[in-house]
Amino acid sequence: MNFALKVWRQKNSKTPGSFVDYKADDIPEGASFLEMLDIVNEGLIARNEEPIAFDSDCREGICGMCSLVINGIPHGLGRVKTTCQLYMRRFKSGDTIWIEPFRAGAFPVIKDLAVDRSAFDHIIEAGGYISARAGSAPEANSLPVPKHDADLSMEAAACIGCGACVAACPNSSAMLFVSAKVSHLGLLPQGQAERYRRVIAMVRKMDELGFGNCRNHYECEAVCPAEVSATFISRLNRDYAVAVTREEVAV
Amino acid sequence: MNTTLDSKIPSGPLEKKWEKHRIESRLVSPNNKRKFGLIVVGSGLAGGSAAATLAELGYNVKCFCFQDSPRRAHSIAAQGGINAAKNYQNDGDSVFRLFYDTIKGGDFRSREANVYRLAEVSRLIIDQCVAQGVPFAREYGGLLANRSFGGTQVSRTFYARGQTGQQLLLGAYQALAHQVALGGVKMFPRTEMLDLVLVDGHAKGIVVRDLITGQISSHAGDTVILATGGYGNVFYLSTNARGCNVSATYRAYKRGALFANPCFTQIHPTCIPVAGSYQSKLTLMSESLRNDGRVWVPKKKGDTRPPQQIPEEERDYYLERKYPSFGNLAPRDIASRSAKEVCDEGRGVGPGGLGVYLDFADAIKRLGEDIIRERYGNLFDMYHNITAEDAYKRPMRIYPAVHYTMGGLWVDYNLMSTIPGLHVLGEANFSDHGANRLGASALMQGLADGYFVIPYTVGNYLATQMGKKISPDRPEFKAAEQEVRDRIAKLVSVKGKKTVTTFHRELGLLLWDKCGMARSASGLQEALQKIPGIREEFWQNVNVPGDSQEFCQSLEHAGRVADFLEFAELMCLDAYERNESCGGHFRVEHQTQEGEALRNDDEFCHVAAWRFNGVNQPPTREVEPLVFENVKLAQRSYK
Repeated sequence: MNFALKVWRQKNSKTPGSFVDYKADDIPEGASFLEMLDIVNEGLIARNEEPIAFDSDCREGICGMCSLVINGIPHGLGRVKTTCQLYMRRFKSGDTIWIEPFRAGAFPVIKDLAVDRSAFDHIIEAGGYISARAGSAPEANSLPVPKHDADLSMEAAACIGCGACVAACPNSSAMLFVSAKVSHLGLLPQGQAERYRRVIAMVRKMDELGFGNCRNHYECEAVCPAEVSATFISRLNRDYAVAVTREEVAV
Repeated sequence: MNTTLDSKIPSGPLEKKWEKHRIESRLVSPNNKRKFGLIVVGSGLAGGSAAATLAELGYNVKCFCFQDSPRRAHSIAAQGGINAAKNYQNDGDSVFRLFYDTIKGGDFRSREANVYRLAEVSRLIIDQCVAQGVPFAREYGGLLANRSFGGTQVSRTFYARGQTGQQLLLGAYQALAHQVALGGVKMFPRTEMLDLVLVDGHAKGIVVRDLITGQISSHAGDTVILATGGYGNVFYLSTNARGCNVSATYRAYKRGALFANPCFTQIHPTCIPVAGSYQSKLTLMSESLRNDGRVWVPKKKGDTRPPQQIPEEERDYYLERKYPSFGNLAPRDIASRSAKEVCDEGRGVGPGGLGVYLDFADAIKRLGEDIIRERYGNLFDMYHNITAEDAYKRPMRIYPAVHYTMGGLWVDYNLMSTIPGLHVLGEANFSDHGANRLGASALMQGLADGYFVIPYTVGNYLATQMGKKISPDRPEFKAAEQEVRDRIAKLVSVKGKKTVTTFHRELGLLLWDKCGMARSASGLQEALQKIPGIREEFWQNVNVPGDSQEFCQSLEHAGRVADFLEFAELMCLDAYERNESCGGHFRVEHQTQEGEALRNDDEFCHVAAWRFNGVNQPPTREVEPLVFENVKLAQRSYK
């Protein structure tokens, strides 16, 4: 298969970037999107040009390291898959493919297609945990968790922290990411002690880091490779409202 | 035999050793803990849990990872589950049984005391993870669910869908993030360790490269803890993440830490076969598929008919034929080797003849497509996404792939290497899995080391180091930094004609062929002759484009491949010198009449640990004899 690529090249966070044309020729249809870029890069290196920088690690859809906006959609046409799980047979030979980094103010470009998503780590640091010092845990079965709650919690916990939700949102909101963690922990009995403190701390950190608010576009849900549902955002809003009220009346 | 290794295993009965050791271990008082600075390299299950727990205790921790976030460490990709001797199923499990299964699964090439401790603390791990909010699978009554896994007869595996590694890692990551917020841990993501610094023979710091700015700097600490994972990517293609590498442990080896059993690698039987030379990684399909799938190849060589057109009597269900009692559920090493055998005979299927069928037709007939979809739907979807084949209609094609490495830096019972002050945790050490790891045991070991072993044993070293603060301005650090800079300068100045990937792939193919599922003296000798040639060409003809003073992925890869090119030789040498078969190490010269691994307990019931003697000098093979007081050495049988 042959493709015409329009790839965003940017030297570093301080230098403006632009699209550069490349040819991707003789690409096997069984190659993944990232393997297609590997092939292009091997060609660039052979011609003594600098390869295109992009992030990836596990290449099996779970680590959340890969990104890319492909033809305007985070993680590309695959839907419910990460870029590393997108295969070239999904395209037509001769297609022109636009490749950009995840774009959001809170995700500055490092180089070309690689972005800095450490803002997500800072949101978790603000409250995305249950304080449970090693050594002090009670017997695991001493606190039963209804299966339905555990399953729902797992659906939220499946978030891989890739940031596609932010890249897809016209408002660069991180609400799906935050709601996934707030719901994962808030649905479990173990997470109740810090439930309201957690939601306030995480939402305020999210605002402080420059992520926007949710305006119900649901683009986030549409591109989420872990199929995290936007209904968790309602849960987040509810917990946040309760938490703020509790804070105001100093409960 | 050269025996200088002191494993520091406590005396006394097996089940009292760890308790005794904890009582006898030295403590650091709370007001002194904050005076110690600890360096943790790696943020997976072992490193992340260690960094968080040590900070909870009051130590000052610096944690380093090459990924953009500690949450991305490759532990995240583990699917199946985590073992623990909780005996929640009332099916006869116990600490001793988990210990025995692990020792036997490892083909009697691991230490009794370490494995027993692992089985003991396994129960605490589940308590800890549940308290952190890990959403394990549950029964309707709200209690924890279990499932069974290969190589055992009890159900002791805890799981969170097919994403157990992800959920356990997020638990450790969140505990780590909490400590970052409290100031106990300073996190350095996108930072790669490039050397270990010794001061007066003790590990006192590391040299790192900031992967965004290219800046080289030093960090001093009172102890260095490596939790940098395994070296499966020496084979180029493996189920490991792209970034997994041997560099941290290999640099420690070159600074004097002994490397134990480097030839012990695990090949997983159920992966999607290689499709072409462009392929960048291999994808694991959960082993659970073997519960309902039947493995077969055509009886005839070179039979290219589509599988549906091959009649029943012309199919060879070779696992069922050779292992009537375990059948398709034979252990990983046996299933992998059998697949290689039939492909070597020319009966493999798919592109290149490197694949066997895993057929669900009988199961679908017996249970219906809906039940199969319910059990394995996500795996069938994944298979379809990658291969464009529908496994409900035609058999899956699978082939073994490198998955885990049991070898690693030698450590004593305190998890300290032969360099005082250098501790090694998780897959990076060699200690618990012997010659073959059982399913759902890697997660257990990583978290055991991080949450419940190192917090106790690190005090034994630190208590001897009061008041010995080391500054990173010392000449040892400056010298190590200069070596790192020189090496980078050398890599970028070659400006040759071949890419880093070309060399990596060439090395991987050679190792897969000569030091993979089956090894022979002549094949290993051939590999040992060829590797120096590839390495020489690498340093003369590699092309590393980009600017080393900024984000430069080809430089990252080049540095890692340069280390693999040296390490590969050590691995082949170890495989050559271990003139027996055991677990995943199969020497064709040593097999039973049925083709099983044949151990030689008289000569090789020991750990082989290699000492670096300088560039172009052969390393020395030292041994730690393995003493079995509580189990009887037996020939593994899964027939």
